[in-house]
Amino acid sequence: MNYLPYAVAAWLFLVGLYGVTSSRNLIHLIMCVGVIQSSSYVLLLAIGYRVGGVAPVFVDIPANSRAVDPVVQALMLTDIVVEVAVTALLLGLAVQVHKRHGTLNPDRLTKISG
Amino acid sequence: MTRKVRRVFILISAAALAWVFFLAYRPLPPLGFVHSQYGDLVNAITVPERHITDAVSAVNFDVRAFDTLGEEFILFTSVMGVLVLMRRQSDEPAGHHEDKAPGRTVPPASDAVRVTALLLVAPAMLFGLYIVVHGQVSPGGGFQGGVILASAPVLVYLCSEYAEFRRVLSMRLAEVSEAAGAATYILMGLVSLGLGGMFLENLLPLGRSGTLTSGGMVPFIDVGVGLEVGGGLSLALLAYLEELVEEKEQ
Amino acid sequence: MLPVAPVALPLLFAAALAALTKIISQRFSQLIAVGATLTSLAIDIYLLKGSATHDIVYWFGNWRIRDGVALGISFTIDPFGAGLAGFAAVLTLAALLFSSEFFDTAGNHFHALLLAFLAAMSGFSLTGDMFNMFVFFELMSAAAFALCGYKTADPGSLQGTLNFAVTNTIAAYFVLTGIGLLYARTGALNMAQMGRALSSGRVDTLVLIAFVFVICGYLVKTAIVPFHFWLADAHAVAPSPVCVLFSGVMVDLGLFALARIYWATFNPVLHAHLPGLTTLFVSIGVATALTGAFMCYLQRNVKRLLAFSTISHVGLIMTGVALFAPAGLAGAAIYALAHGMVKGGLFLAAGILLHRFQSVDEHDLYGKARREPATAAVFFAGAVGLTGFPFSGLAAGHDLMSASAKSAGFDWLRWIFIFADGVTAAAALRAGGRIFFGWGPVEREENAPKHEEKPETEGRHQYTPATMFIPACVLVVGGLLVGFVPDLKQAAIAAATQFENSRAYAASVLDSQYLRTVAPAAPEAPEMLPGLLALLGAIVIALVHLFSARGRQLSSALWKPLRLLHRLHSGHVGDYVAFLTFGMACFALLCVYCFS
Repeated sequence: MNYLPYAVAAWLFLVGLYGVTSSRNLIHLIMCVGVIQSSSYVLLLAIGYRVGGVAPVFVDIPANSRAVDPVVQALMLTDIVVEVAVTALLLGLAVQVHKRHGTLNPDRLTKISG
Repeated sequence: MTRKVRRVFILISAAALAWVFFLAYRPLPPLGFVHSQYGDLVNAITVPERHITDAVSAVNFDVRAFDTLGEEFILFTSVMGVLVLMRRQSDEPAGHHEDKAPGRTVPPASDAVRVTALLLVAPAMLFGLYIVVHGQVSPGGGFQGGVILASAPVLVYLCSEYAEFRRVLSMRLAEVSEAAGAATYILMGLVSLGLGGMFLENLLPLGRSGTLTSGGMVPFIDVGVGLEVGGGLSLALLAYLEELVEEKEQ
Repeated sequence: MLPVAPVALPLLFAAALAALTKIISQRFSQLIAVGATLTSLAIDIYLLKGSATHDIVYWFGNWRIRDGVALGISFTIDPFGAGLAGFAAVLTLAALLFSSEFFDTAGNHFHALLLAFLAAMSGFSLTGDMFNMFVFFELMSAAAFALCGYKTADPGSLQGTLNFAVTNTIAAYFVLTGIGLLYARTGALNMAQMGRALSSGRVDTLVLIAFVFVICGYLVKTAIVPFHFWLADAHAVAPSPVCVLFSGVMVDLGLFALARIYWATFNPVLHAHLPGLTTLFVSIGVATALTGAFMCYLQRNVKRLLAFSTISHVGLIMTGVALFAPAGLAGAAIYALAHGMVKGGLFLAAGILLHRFQSVDEHDLYGKARREPATAAVFFAGAVGLTGFPFSGLAAGHDLMSASAKSAGFDWLRWIFIFADGVTAAAALRAGGRIFFGWGPVEREENAPKHEEKPETEGRHQYTPATMFIPACVLVVGGLLVGFVPDLKQAAIAAATQFENSRAYAASVLDSQYLRTVAPAAPEAPEMLPGLLALLGAIVIALVHLFSARGRQLSSALWKPLRLLHRLHSGHVGDYVAFLTFGMACFALLCVYCFS
């Protein structure tokens, strides 16, 4: 339990990389990029956790209670917005690729090489 | 590279990278014992100095407000990118664009879906507004609330015809909402400069912690971000759906 | 108040342009964009002058240091950062002018995207906070993906943008993992505070791997081998004004990040390993320079040729930065400035060819541009400028880098410079000879992949408008004449010494104390030989290739072993990500086993 989140973060990153490399469908590829992005969330949240800490919201608990790190949660929020933005762009590209190339398989995209 | 060569290559590289991750994470303290002065300091000062009870919003919209400005504009730029990427080209085929798998028909819209969606539209908007304005009090804020607000047009789309949906959500409304929200953030920063402080310094009256008017400039920024995110995601939805419009008009 | 403007102003006007999208005309929107860019440039120049003696530190939200913890985000502005932001503004101006006529700007969106791109590059260069740098990196990437995929009607454009977007996004998440690790170790996000916290700790695998992740993640943007595959694809398909920005300034940002992050955060703790780090990064730079040069010569698409030439030159700039000495960094900065302008002008010339003849393929354009003397002059001036002939802008940078390399024991670097400069210029001269003079035989290479480039301009193609020609001409001439700016070398060395003074950086941010930096004198005598050799070599290779069948046979026999290298650039995104993973793992393991 002590190191499980770090292992999960590493596993997600590696699985995502393998998925992107071996993917046969662009939508699947984009979702694998999302998996890579999720690994960073797990890492950040694990880093921010404090034993015995509660959520850093002081509206119903005393202001000096032991709370987890709010900074990494704020960083994670930023990262989620970045993920949404990049996924939106990539999915738009995928839609256009399907329209212009007729396929979503990266192996069949051969317009530029060399 | 052929598929097989690529697979071998990535498996070897990933194995090496797994070893790298192991070496990187091993020196970390066990879960729950990572010490960060930054986080502890923020937790200690949000209520006394800024009257904000949600420390995450305090970090996002006050202590590190400039990062969030950049983040908001990332979403803004991406939505603009989606609009640019999905724009209609002059050489687009005028005929019907087959977007379905052959041999399958589109099932008619289910009444259960339509009724449920109709019933959820108003609660979704209300909930979204609630989350947006309570950012400085409880978990929430502009981004989270904005996404929920953006789900309202999706629900309208699910329960009505496309023409009705476009009447409710016009492109102009989404564009103006998005741009106004984006500009609001920078304008709040300029307001701080005008009041004699640094950019995005929280100089407005702080109110009583735990109320809607606490936090100084944070509620205003929250509303701006909520508008921007709601408008932006609705605009992205419209950009994707415009593809559909080509077909249906035939 | 002013440090905010290079970021806030373009963003504000980008939002305004988006709000007014169907209300104002394209002309007016271009005017607004040009105005915002010029204001940004003026402020960057002011910041450049103001930071000459010590860094300018600006705390956002007035959240300053408390108990040694940097609570807020700081902009830590030094001459190189302000200069880079200003250079980005200059190139954005050129891009805006080039796209005045005939260009499909999709309402205001093109201008708004360029403004967002400029704001992100400015913020990236000026910031002193690690996570803030990442946020601006992502903003820059989002704008870049949209601008790269602009010509959606062109199927190759979508593939190129996809390769670009996927590789750079994965690289950004390596950076984020590194930032997370550093935050766990130091509890800080401010670069100066991180440096101070790291220096009181030990160098273990966590610190080294975080270093590699962050630096190599940013180096993907710079297209360093083996992370370079995406750049040629992206340049081949992006509109020409966008290519100017990509090749001129975006690739330099990764090297700026390397320098900034090393000197601000890692130098206090890693300075004992400087010789090893120098060897590592110089080797990577050399590998990049050679790969770029070889691949450049094999291309027939002019934009891809220029893109690989960028990769080669960027490898050379990296060796300068990797010497970790004031003269090396100063030389790299001057070289980057001159290269950015010359390469920008060359891309605009290619854009003119695309506008007039609807192609950028060297063989398709064979002899077609015979009656374009002005464009030919610009193109050949740029190609010759790439050789770094004596007294040109690139030569000024090369001089300083050579002097620094010699004192670090890397005297052989000059031969890499001569080779890379010569071969890339030869490729450009060869292409120019075919296109503008109809020299050489007409070649029908069936096995070479042909990329049909859709025109990016609409309307009449019978003439080249001044708004296209003038930016190209000004950029090339400017890049060549940079070497003649008085006291440039001394000013660059002073700025580099200030940049590399980690103690002064930490003191100005954390203690609000401003330490003076004393700069060494600039080496006096400019070297003539390397530039002349490169120039001569380039002309000879190009002429031999064009006019001698025996020469062509010889060169194709020489290139045969490089066919494997050529095939590796497959255009398949899975291959690129595999190489990215491989490169990251290799560099991380190298660093861990050599330095701990």
